[in-house]
Amino acid sequence: MSPALPDTFAQKALTASLSLALRLILFDGCLSECRSAQTWGLITSTADKMVVWTDFERSTIQDIFSKMDYEVVGPAALTRCLIVYPWTQRYFGNFGNLYNAAAIMGNPMVAKHGTTILHGLDRGVKNMDDLKTTYAELSVLHSEKLHVDPDNFKLLSDCLTIVVAAQLGKAFTAEVQAAFQKFLAVVVSSLGRQYH
Amino acid sequence: MSLTDKDKATVKAVWAKISKSADAIGADALSRMLVVYPQTKTYFSHWPDLGPNSASVKNHGKNVMGGIALAVSKIDDLTAGLLELSEQHAFQLRVDPANFKILSHCILVVIAGLFPKDFTPEAHVAVDKFFCGVSLALAERYR
Repeated sequence: MSPALPDTFAQKALTASLSLALRLILFDGCLSECRSAQTWGLITSTADKMVVWTDFERSTIQDIFSKMDYEVVGPAALTRCLIVYPWTQRYFGNFGNLYNAAAIMGNPMVAKHGTTILHGLDRGVKNMDDLKTTYAELSVLHSEKLHVDPDNFKLLSDCLTIVVAAQLGKAFTAEVQAAFQKFLAVVVSSLGRQYH
Repeated sequence: MSLTDKDKATVKAVWAKISKSADAIGADALSRMLVVYPQTKTYFSHWPDLGPNSASVKNHGKNVMGGIALAVSKIDDLTAGLLELSEQHAFQLRVDPANFKILSHCILVVIAGLFPKDFTPEAHVAVDKFFCGVSLALAERYR
């Protein structure tokens, strides 16, 4: 032992390097076990920082969507978006009469598309642990074919949040709202991933 | 995106319906904001309690809705009507204006939850436009 180093320092250094060595051995052991393609994918994706859902968030999202009537909420959210943010109508040029709120709310093409959107969200509800892959194709579609400005996804999300708040009333607590908006934010982010 | 006469009439009608619950709306919107957008808590580090039953939160929610009430009364010239509040936000509070949008959204969510039948898409667009106008007027003196 070098007399220049105090004993406690040397002890701490020794402990630290031993525990590091131990960790490296364990990690290497894990790596050799995990060389299969499947688990390698898991390691790289966790290194990619997957979204972590708490039990509360998971059950809240499942609960809200399982009780939701997609054919009511979908049209309500889309019509609200087209009325509150009229510039979003630019994507629905072939939907016929969108001249005023009444026309929009009575438009069957809008209603049908609202339902389609909710079914798209349903896919995410059923695949909460891999939203990126779930929405990869839809992301390409919205970018390459539909040419939708991704800012619009947020506008629709806000309208959907308000429709759900109106439906759930007191049950839409701050914590429930936080979980719901987190889910929508991750979906929106996944939908925007393939844009370039 | 300025307010039309129809917008102003709609906002006043909505306000007439909700103003009795203003304090509750303010408190709920504020406490919701602190939970859903945790970064907003940075402005309230001086409050001992940030929970929904906190006296500080309830009181401040009341203040915010008092500002909204003022804005409704000055709806024909929000910039002039909210000048003092703008100066307060610009020079003392120095709240990043991005947060006005966040709080506006939370107020809309609370109104929708409490008055689902009245908060029609037409009412929503008028109130949203109004809050945008209020936010703009509040940011007037920032730079």
